[in-house]
Amino acid sequence: MQILPILDTPAEVVPGGSPSGPIVLSTRIRLARNLRDFPFPGWAKEAQRREIFTRCVEAASGASQMKKAYVLDLAALDNLEKQVLVERHLISRELSNGSAGAGVVISRDQTMSVMINEEDHLRVQVMRPGFQFKRVWKQADTLDNGLEEHLDLAFSAELGYLTACPTNVGTGLRASVMMHLPGLVLASQMEQVIRAVNQLGLAVRGWYGEGSEASGSIFQISNQQTLGESEDDIIKRVTSVLQTIVEQEQNARTKLMDSDSAKLLDKIGRAYGTVRNAHLLTSVEAMNCLSLLRLAADLGLLAETERHRLDRLFIESQPGHVQLAARGSLETQKRDVARARFLREQTAALPALNFDRAFEKN
Amino acid sequence: MGESLHCDLCGKPATVHLTQIIKNQIQKVDLCEECAQSKGVTDPEGFSLADLLSKSFAGPADDAETEALGPTLVCEQCGCSARDFKKSGRLGCAVCYDTLKTILTPLIAGLHKQSRHKGKAPARQWRRLELGREIESLERQLLEAVNQENFETAARCRDQLGVLRAKLAAPAATP
Repeated sequence: MQILPILDTPAEVVPGGSPSGPIVLSTRIRLARNLRDFPFPGWAKEAQRREIFTRCVEAASGASQMKKAYVLDLAALDNLEKQVLVERHLISRELSNGSAGAGVVISRDQTMSVMINEEDHLRVQVMRPGFQFKRVWKQADTLDNGLEEHLDLAFSAELGYLTACPTNVGTGLRASVMMHLPGLVLASQMEQVIRAVNQLGLAVRGWYGEGSEASGSIFQISNQQTLGESEDDIIKRVTSVLQTIVEQEQNARTKLMDSDSAKLLDKIGRAYGTVRNAHLLTSVEAMNCLSLLRLAADLGLLAETERHRLDRLFIESQPGHVQLAARGSLETQKRDVARARFLREQTAALPALNFDRAFEKN
Repeated sequence: MGESLHCDLCGKPATVHLTQIIKNQIQKVDLCEECAQSKGVTDPEGFSLADLLSKSFAGPADDAETEALGPTLVCEQCGCSARDFKKSGRLGCAVCYDTLKTILTPLIAGLHKQSRHKGKAPARQWRRLELGREIESLERQLLEAVNQENFETAARCRDQLGVLRAKLAAPAATP
């Protein structure tokens, strides 16, 4: 297994990293870049894609931020390994399905990854837990500059960075924030929020990007437009919408506690019972239970420090991770057994829920 | 921002913005008044965005439209045609932005806030571009000076050119 060293190293975003906040799980920036002298990956011949891979790996692993980086040729990974990398948000689903020359360079601390031959030649991604746009942008900007020292990029003064899809042209920047919004989901306000956010020109997606499931009440918002606004302005716009959503979520939680605390606490209590005792758990049910326990930590029913453990479990309950732990692919039913066993073990040491705290806080 | 959204079916300004969550899948679509009516979007019961989207995109209307722009619209650099682009939504290479400009310009105007880039530029390339321009202008000055037998100026130009050309040829600095 080529990816084991990655999984065993403490990572910033997932296992072992710094804790995230109550509502904002993580901040991410990605930049789409292409080499000037090659067709875009979807149109390039196999030999060209390999040449692109070689050049980009050289440039990326040579950048000062990428010392001792992991370099992976996707063709050398099996499906399970690819799935695990997708579940950790280190590569995209599109890259994992890519053909010859698809690869990724991942920084030692796993906050940065440079995908090669995805939709564009280069997709530079920086991700950190909690809300950290300033730091994440600075990191992405510096890495981008480092790559550009060695690569001639497709750029026009009028249209900015040229990308395979015109939706990314200009800055090539997507600024996104992953949020945990159980209050708005329970209050059935999420569709309304999504509509409002869409009208402001931002996209709302599920945990694993485009078309993915919105289970676990985890959503990401990101800018849709990339041309005509500076990077700073795009980030400011996403930030201001984010702040509004955070307020809405806090209000929804307060209202739920005020109007029907028994209903909310019952859900949390049942989720607690489920993860500690279930013997069959689908990933959707696991996500929904973990979501409620994360809410419990926010409400003070569990210690703040437990939130971090829960964030890790969100990722380790995904199908790829469950199979990786079982050292081989499993059919769905066996996966659900393995997942339930894993969560029972992992939550056995979870302290009892302190329900009184919910009322102290409100 | 809201007004920059266009109908996913006909491209007119969209006034109806829909989001559905079906089996935990988020789907959304922007429509103009007429398309919303004709597709029965107002009836939330018997309506799925997925159906609407899959039926509307890559339909025969699209092909006719592309054909109308002429079968000659092909990028000379990579061979990607307007039809290839309509089918996949992806361009073939950087030069396509020039060669397929007639279909891209309105599309980009609809997709984005503005049609002109505001943001960072690749610094090294920018420097090289400027260096290239400086060299060109010096070469012109040199030629002119030689023609006028102004050898003092010519010598100065030649020296400067040497410096600039060396700069341009220097390997990229390591970050």
